[in-house]
Amino acid sequence: MNAHNDTSLSLAQPHDLRLSAKVGLGMVGIGLLLITAAWLGAKLPAAPGLLAASLILLTAGTAIHARGLYLHLPEGIKNNGVWLRAISNKGAIAWLIGIVLTGFYVLLYWFPQYLGLGSKDVPSSGLVGFFDPLSQLLNGNPASQWFVYGTLYTVAILAMGYKFILKYRHNRYQVVRTISVMFFQTGFAFLIPELLERLNSGKPYFDKDIKNMWPLNYDFFFDWHLGNLLKGGNFGLFMLVFGVAMIFLISPILTYFYGKRWYCSWVCGCGGLAETAGDPFRHLSDKSLNAWKIERWLIHSVLVFVTLMTVAVIYSYLAQNDGKLWLSKDAFTWGTAAFFLVTGGLVFAFRKRFEGLKDQTAWLVGGVSVIIGGILLINTFSDAKHILFLHSYDLRKVYGFLIGAAFSGVVGVGFYPLMGGRVWCRFGCPMAAILGLQQKFFSRFRITTNGGQCISCGNCSTYCEMGIDVRAYAQRGQNVVRASCVGCGICAAVCPRGVLKLENGSTDLSARTDETRTIRIGKEGVSLG
Amino acid sequence: MHVVILGNGISGITAARFIRKLSDHQVTVVSSETDHFFSRTALMYIYMGHLRFKDTQPYEPWFWEKNRIALKRAYVERLDASAKTLHLSGGETLTYDKLLLATGSKSNKFGWPGQDLKGVSGLYHYQDLENMEACSPGLKRAVIVGGGLIGIEMAEMFHSRHIPVTFLVREKNYWDAILPPQESQMVSRHIRENGIDLRLSADLKEIVDDGNGRACAIITGAGERIECGYVGLTAGVSPNIAFLKDSGLETNRGILADEYLQTNLPDVFAAGDCVELKQPRLGRRAIEAVWYTGRMMGETVAYNIVAGTAVNRQPYAPGIWFNSAKFLDIEYQVYGDIQSNAPENHVPIYWEHPEGRKSVRIVYDKNTSAVLGFNLMGVRYRHEVCDKWLRENTPVETVLQNLALANFDPELYKTYEKEIIGIYNRQSGQNLTLKKRGKLDEVIRFLKGNVVGSSVR
Repeated sequence: MNAHNDTSLSLAQPHDLRLSAKVGLGMVGIGLLLITAAWLGAKLPAAPGLLAASLILLTAGTAIHARGLYLHLPEGIKNNGVWLRAISNKGAIAWLIGIVLTGFYVLLYWFPQYLGLGSKDVPSSGLVGFFDPLSQLLNGNPASQWFVYGTLYTVAILAMGYKFILKYRHNRYQVVRTISVMFFQTGFAFLIPELLERLNSGKPYFDKDIKNMWPLNYDFFFDWHLGNLLKGGNFGLFMLVFGVAMIFLISPILTYFYGKRWYCSWVCGCGGLAETAGDPFRHLSDKSLNAWKIERWLIHSVLVFVTLMTVAVIYSYLAQNDGKLWLSKDAFTWGTAAFFLVTGGLVFAFRKRFEGLKDQTAWLVGGVSVIIGGILLINTFSDAKHILFLHSYDLRKVYGFLIGAAFSGVVGVGFYPLMGGRVWCRFGCPMAAILGLQQKFFSRFRITTNGGQCISCGNCSTYCEMGIDVRAYAQRGQNVVRASCVGCGICAAVCPRGVLKLENGSTDLSARTDETRTIRIGKEGVSLG
Repeated sequence: MHVVILGNGISGITAARFIRKLSDHQVTVVSSETDHFFSRTALMYIYMGHLRFKDTQPYEPWFWEKNRIALKRAYVERLDASAKTLHLSGGETLTYDKLLLATGSKSNKFGWPGQDLKGVSGLYHYQDLENMEACSPGLKRAVIVGGGLIGIEMAEMFHSRHIPVTFLVREKNYWDAILPPQESQMVSRHIRENGIDLRLSADLKEIVDDGNGRACAIITGAGERIECGYVGLTAGVSPNIAFLKDSGLETNRGILADEYLQTNLPDVFAAGDCVELKQPRLGRRAIEAVWYTGRMMGETVAYNIVAGTAVNRQPYAPGIWFNSAKFLDIEYQVYGDIQSNAPENHVPIYWEHPEGRKSVRIVYDKNTSAVLGFNLMGVRYRHEVCDKWLRENTPVETVLQNLALANFDPELYKTYEKEIIGIYNRQSGQNLTLKKRGKLDEVIRFLKGNVVGSSVR
């Protein structure tokens, strides 16, 4: 077995990189060098030109590298050597990248001064200062560490998205989906908010990315954000109404029709980065049953945590502004409790419609009860600022540190080369958790399997970034209906026998998970379906 | 009751799983190849670096204990059927109440000079893969002999490691005994497009010894000498039954079994590649060394091993033929009766994409107009839909009008049903149009037997 895992010395031509692929890598290297030099405070001449040069080098270099990698080869699946190369099989270089990424996130979240962030009196220098010209151009202000991050994030999705498109250029689903995440990141997450910032320059800051919805955007309902939205004029009010509509109306409807993929692998920025920059590492996700158990506990705990925190935060905001707003704290509390009771009750009442999902139903109802209990406890035991003896401010500080920064950023992206690109989406993202519950219980989406054609090879499971054991379903001819499936479609792409297809249908909504399509041996011989 | 299963491939393991579902019998699976069941068809992906060995194992190690399926790593030297005992290498014995032989295949060797040299092997067992791996460092060229499904897999494997490959195929075109001419030519073109040195109408005369017992070159039937460090023998497989020679078991090329997969010996059954059916179904071969038939036999034989009475037994009835493969980047699926040398009553409707990497062939009967088969290259069709049409002898015009129901390509892909209908219309002077869009809801309604696309006209 070892012979298969260590072939680095045995390859006839271990690195068959074309010249253009090497040139592209060289350009990326120079781009990174320029950025590093600026970070370390080198007195670089003509900064705007250099910033532009470094960003162009990163993007164009990746593109040229990708062209050199893929264009001379016939169209098709390009997974040769994935487990044989150090970078994609947790070798030294993978650890190095992981540590650098993790370190970058630590600096970004907790020590931005080391990235060169200034203060009121001292202008930014280093990396943050290096990005000032672009920031001035787009939003009219000096760069913050978040502007630097947003820019690099967008560059990564664009450059690696282009690479992904070339890699899967035979597959229109993959091409269109990737253009979609590149578009939403560049337009909705980056350019439009920056330009709107310029147009709304006198007004206090609020989030201007309309696709960034609660609870992924966990500070949407924080008191300062609600306050700023209300001070933000018509546009602020629009963002507030649209944000709430996204949660309760738009996302459930779209998830009913298409599954959670409409968000997680077509729109979301976290998903976008995972699908593009994270694609070379997608096979590293853990497919064991144990990992699945951990996943379900972890992600739903985060969901309960973010829900409790948000309710507490809104409650204390309303308590502080009691009488000044159309919504009173008591009305909010009882309204929320009623909402969860009705939701829980409906799920319980209709659980018979979802055969085969009974224990998950119990879990869902249980989870909802916990939340309702929590809300009632808030009202009973806390004053305006306290919930369960914790200050709502403390609660959100803990969430922001543990989940918002450490989990989604440091672990979520830093561990790409070690655990695959979807660590956050799979184990932590509360947005994915909500959409997942909707997908599991009430959606037309599923991955269908093609009769008896599965050969149990394991490509689908291996390349599932969410760690779903797709093969377990495919080999017994069962639809894949899983809360965690983001509908990226790679399982269907890598299947060598044409067994999997992402589909939507409503005629068999309550029987989606049945083993209806298995090959069956009976008295009359083999039958299908 | 102790059921011993010889072989932990797809047939043996499917049987073990179903015996466990159906009964409380003690189950022991014996294999000398590996500790755990793996997907044999995925061996190539390990070498190519797509998968690790453990990724090819469909069940995690805890599965076996949880389901009380005992796994024994041992080599069986001899079967003593009268004492219901297996003699293992090392002197150990194992007794059974019922025995299932699921010993698979071995690679064919046709008596070529040098066929047992080092650096010469087939690709069937895990050990063959280890052998290929051991030969790979510094390998300048591999020669592959035999143009079947395993041959092209092996060619793709070496090609993925940038090791030059010469591929000797005896036929005029790749796999043209099975594939119709256009499809066969398509694959041949594709092999060459990938830079593989495909030699058609070429065969092997001998393998040359380098003086140290290793292969260093081959000589073709035409007398050409090709230097190489590895020779892959992929001219088919045959049942792996040598160790059963003196056991009293009736064998021919394979283990002879009746339609209940029972052998001539009491309480001894057989399933999978090693079986030679005494009475194969109409249009089917006596030995079918295919993953899918192995799986179906494994399930069928489980019913028959567990059956207390003859009434509960189930005949092996594999239904409509289907198969699939992937030729480098071209996927292949077949449903029903597709022949390379089609009889006179088989009328083809053949569509090929201008780029020459996709095609659809639909064959129907000239006399009854019933659809007979589907042959797909680079296009995916639904197994259940094709199977239903074939089973019900659906008229080809009904099939064509509802053809979108069969399409299984990913969303947003271009569809080609219109072109295919157009070809039929030109051939027949008809003016058929597509009736369905191929939505999943339509498909489900069709499969449940209501209205849509029904074969009743």
